[in-house]
Amino acid sequence: MSAQAAHIETATRASRIGVVAIALALAALAAAPFLTDGANLSLLAQIYAYLALATLWNLLAGFSGLVSVGQHAWVGLGGYGLFALTIFGGLHPFAAIPVAGAVAALAAVPVAGLLFRLRGSYFAIGSWVVAEVMRLAASQISALGGGSGTSLPVRVVASIAASRQEREFAVYWSALALVVAILALTIWLLRSRWGLSLRAIHNNELAAVSNGVEVARVRLFVYVLTAAGTAMIGALIFLQKLRISPDAAFSVNDWTAFVIFITVIGGVGRIEGPVVGVVVFFVLRQTLADLGTIYLMMLGLVAILVMLKAPQGVWGLVADKWGVEIVPLQRRVIYAKSAPGEPASARKEEPKP
Amino acid sequence: MDWLNSIVQGVLVGGLYALFAAGLSLIFGVMRLVNIAHGDLIVLAAYLALATTQTLGVGPLGSLLVIVPLMALIGYTLQRFVLNRTLGEDLLPPLLVTFGLSVILQNGLLQVFTADSRKLQAGLIETASIPIAEGLSLGVLPLLQFIVAVAVIAGLQALFYNTPMGRAFRATSDDPSTAQLVGLDNRHVFGLAMALSLAVTAVAGVFLGVRANFDPSIGPARLIFGFEAVIIGGLGNLWGTLAGGIILGVAQAVGAKLDPGWQLLAGHLAFLFILAIRPQGLFPRVQD
Repeated sequence: MSAQAAHIETATRASRIGVVAIALALAALAAAPFLTDGANLSLLAQIYAYLALATLWNLLAGFSGLVSVGQHAWVGLGGYGLFALTIFGGLHPFAAIPVAGAVAALAAVPVAGLLFRLRGSYFAIGSWVVAEVMRLAASQISALGGGSGTSLPVRVVASIAASRQEREFAVYWSALALVVAILALTIWLLRSRWGLSLRAIHNNELAAVSNGVEVARVRLFVYVLTAAGTAMIGALIFLQKLRISPDAAFSVNDWTAFVIFITVIGGVGRIEGPVVGVVVFFVLRQTLADLGTIYLMMLGLVAILVMLKAPQGVWGLVADKWGVEIVPLQRRVIYAKSAPGEPASARKEEPKP
Repeated sequence: MDWLNSIVQGVLVGGLYALFAAGLSLIFGVMRLVNIAHGDLIVLAAYLALATTQTLGVGPLGSLLVIVPLMALIGYTLQRFVLNRTLGEDLLPPLLVTFGLSVILQNGLLQVFTADSRKLQAGLIETASIPIAEGLSLGVLPLLQFIVAVAVIAGLQALFYNTPMGRAFRATSDDPSTAQLVGLDNRHVFGLAMALSLAVTAVAGVFLGVRANFDPSIGPARLIFGFEAVIIGGLGNLWGTLAGGIILGVAQAVGAKLDPGWQLLAGHLAFLFILAIRPQGLFPRVQD
């Protein structure tokens, strides 16, 4: 092929339309406190929390091959971090959220040092052990109510904002801001050098190593980052609940099982997957949650069927059928039109994972 | 003597943990599958034993005659129709499918048997004990459970190294495609391995149910105990797994002696400690 002008792009037609649509949707969601009531706001904030948790789990399991079934460790640590920092440290709740994230990041380094000794599937169960250790340790903290937990003191609640409505607004906006930040950071990360390294490791670890990718360092970075993000979401979840207990904070069902089901149903290893999954999950929950155990069994069954029949998830089916990508991650070489007879075609630089 | 008593009881409980672990270790050895629903299958076996004792009027040990073949059948079916489809290079499908299965089992048991604590009644044997010395006595039931655990592990060891079925397991484990070339049907071999794993699970479930109360939510903790015993003992070594179970049992007993709230924590910390100083386990056999 003759030398010709070319440049590299990630954008597609769908992604350009997507950017406009996302901007409009964000504007509407930011204005939601003036458009709807407290119950809906609280539901939306829950949706944001699950979207953020699923996005982080997806980054870990779908993109980095670190299949953790112990992310509830970090949700719980973040929640307990918020309570400890505000009650004992006197921090403002909104200041305590990033500090709780930083504490989790610090704790994640030695935890990763231990867990990375376990390969593949055993890493998964090891991550669960860590969550169990944290749950048992939390129930030994008598100053935070031991096994039965505690409520956020009135003075801390009042320090968020003066009126109940203002508090609801403040918590809602911080949840929205946090999920947007986590999504933006994840997309940026996956499009950066780190993302290329992750994709290389995912496709062929040996080849990645021989091309100079520092696998251990990349994995540690992703693990610590997701722990911090997950803990910040955990802090926000329990700021909204105003009450914490070891069983609620370190709940494997709430913070790991549901998060995994959301990601699997939406599409593992795709940015759009958790967004689609969270919508499906909340539609099912709002309509079927009264069924209790039957609903949970159905959720488990749907996740198994998706994994067996359509492992690319709901979004994967849509994307593969119509070739749409709202958030494209792959780079494509675009040739300039200067060469006569050569169409300005886009050639994919790398195959899909 | 108080301490010696605690440690001896810990060793005997370790036998039960080795039973939890043996089934887990077996399927990992044969097909590199980690079954997250393993603990819930142990609890399922306990509930099936409960139903059997109630309907047939047999004791818990008698119910083994029904439960062991039943669980083996469930294992073979599960492997052939569901889990075989998840095996491959990718880690996610087997993990997520067994995770989904775990949620289904827990909630299914909750739906059928409610959240009430249940127990298998074994009669007089439960309280019988053999006095060894002043302040130290061995319960007949824990002793029986330990002996059964040792017998199960010896049996599995013999099966692996002295029978055609064991040869098929080892061949498939070493190189699945060559095993197929020489006429083994991997799908069937994997089915048999899971059947054997759940047969061991059935024994574990019955002893779990006789020893203490159980309810639908306790499965994951049993999975974790079994997993810790496997890692402490070293992958692929069944006798190592027994040692791992004993270490875990003793650590928990010592923790409980210090403070009742530290029982489980002490076990987990012992596991993390061994992971830190000897990540390959105490007696490793295979590398993975």
